[in-house]
Amino acid sequence: MNTVWALTGVVIKELYRRKDFYVLLVLTAMITLAAGSASFFNDAKIVGYLKDICLLLIWVSALVIAIGTAARQIPAEREQRTIFPLLAKPVTRWQVIVGKFLGCWLACGLALVVFYAFFVVVTGSREHHWPVLNYFQAMWLQWIMLGVVIALVLFGSIVFSAASANATICFVLVVGILLIGRHLNKVALQQPEPLSTFIYVIYFLIPHLEWYDVRDLIVYDHGLIPWLQCGLATLYGAAYVLLFLFAAWLAFRRKRLSV
Amino acid sequence: MKASPHLVLALLITVCFTVATTTQPKALNWSVRAQADSVLKVLLGDGRRMFANHFFTQADVVFHSGYYPSIFDKREKPTASPIQGGHDEHGESSEESEQHVHGENCNHGEDAHEKEMAFLNQPRDWIERFGRNFFVTDHTHLADGKEREILPWLRLSAELDPQRVETYTVAAFWLRTKLGKVAEAEQFLREGLQANPRSYEILFALGQLQYESHRDSNRARNLWELALRRWQDQESGKEEPDISGLREIALNLARLEEEQGNLRRAIQHLELAKRISPHPEVLQKQIEELTQKLTAPL
Repeated sequence: MNTVWALTGVVIKELYRRKDFYVLLVLTAMITLAAGSASFFNDAKIVGYLKDICLLLIWVSALVIAIGTAARQIPAEREQRTIFPLLAKPVTRWQVIVGKFLGCWLACGLALVVFYAFFVVVTGSREHHWPVLNYFQAMWLQWIMLGVVIALVLFGSIVFSAASANATICFVLVVGILLIGRHLNKVALQQPEPLSTFIYVIYFLIPHLEWYDVRDLIVYDHGLIPWLQCGLATLYGAAYVLLFLFAAWLAFRRKRLSV
Repeated sequence: MKASPHLVLALLITVCFTVATTTQPKALNWSVRAQADSVLKVLLGDGRRMFANHFFTQADVVFHSGYYPSIFDKREKPTASPIQGGHDEHGESSEESEQHVHGENCNHGEDAHEKEMAFLNQPRDWIERFGRNFFVTDHTHLADGKEREILPWLRLSAELDPQRVETYTVAAFWLRTKLGKVAEAEQFLREGLQANPRSYEILFALGQLQYESHRDSNRARNLWELALRRWQDQESGKEEPDISGLREIALNLARLEEEQGNLRRAIQHLELAKRISPHPEVLQKQIEELTQKLTAPL
């Protein structure tokens, strides 16, 4: 396990050495503060649009960080040929996969904490109430979703030849699921056979990442999600993480590492 | 051959002068456009109307606290539905009726609205059933001053498409009636009138503001009579005129004249409203009552 943690530590250090996170945080802060400084009909109590914009920016930034960080892990090791001394330590390929995953996931978790801290301060200063548990649920669910995305991207980084292709395909896939994943069953019912069955199968196969997007519940001040449902969603996410990591290990096990 | 640095410098200065004289008139034209229109208009062109529609719809989404049908939910509705197909009782197309932010002029029943918004059927599978824990599934409307949350989206919509009259009337309605911001409502309506000087809808809304908030019957009468003339200029020749708009103007004028004791004028306006009303018998009864008052000995 120490080996895995060592790999994890390297990935986390990489995140705070690179500029991506800082650039995205500053952009998010600047756009949110600029939006917050606007006055609409001399009403200082309006806060919903600010929450909406800030959460959207957090979601986009977190996805960019997660996909960007995860997509370059294994290809970079291969291109710089550092994968050979790494595997000669000895470190198993399964440990590399798990270490890289944990590193990316924890790094995204740290980024999320900073983003949500900013969000809580900005919205709290406007509306003067602090639904901390709601924010915690939103952050937790987003973090679980990012875990699934990172595992998927790690799997993609072994399957696809270039990191850029992998990042683009994964980004399109994730955004597609977030936008229409929930509606695929309705689309399926309106199609003729066998297209209907085909779409329905996809609907059951894909990880339903849209469950983890609870921004509307935060923006419109809805109540807490039942903790049991949060727990079940966490288990569902964990199952997909394990599935993608296992698939990544299977592909990585037989992969020729020379470029 | 080596060119003299002085010659190169002279050539560069000549090129600069030529480029400056060529581009200056265009740049001047561009800056004049930028002053006349907003920066957004210069940047987005007519595409801004699409964004304006989106923000107007977003205001409706906010008003329903996030409970709103997607395009997939809309497709699922039966085509025979009176709301989905053709025109509803307002003469609005289904597209329009689905996008409104329940303004003052919206007087369709709560039942019809509930039916319109009952787009979540029974879950078809466990994924859909479980997924409903994570998004808004209750049909509610903002209340207790929280209606203010729709205002930024309406303001943005108006910035992007100043010719969208509905944005001004809807925003002014909420500002005036729910948030008590009469001055802001009037200011916004005047901005709308500046961008749409011939709009009878904005004139009517301004009249309502004068009548209900400022209790200024004379100004309200002037505005409503102007609105009536504008309606007749613009709508009377159309195949499908905005009948509900005319009815609102005529009925409000009739009410005002009755309160002011001008019963003959009130009857004239009621006669006008009766011709286009879905319930003319009710208006006929009111006309008869006013006629009785008018003919009764003092």
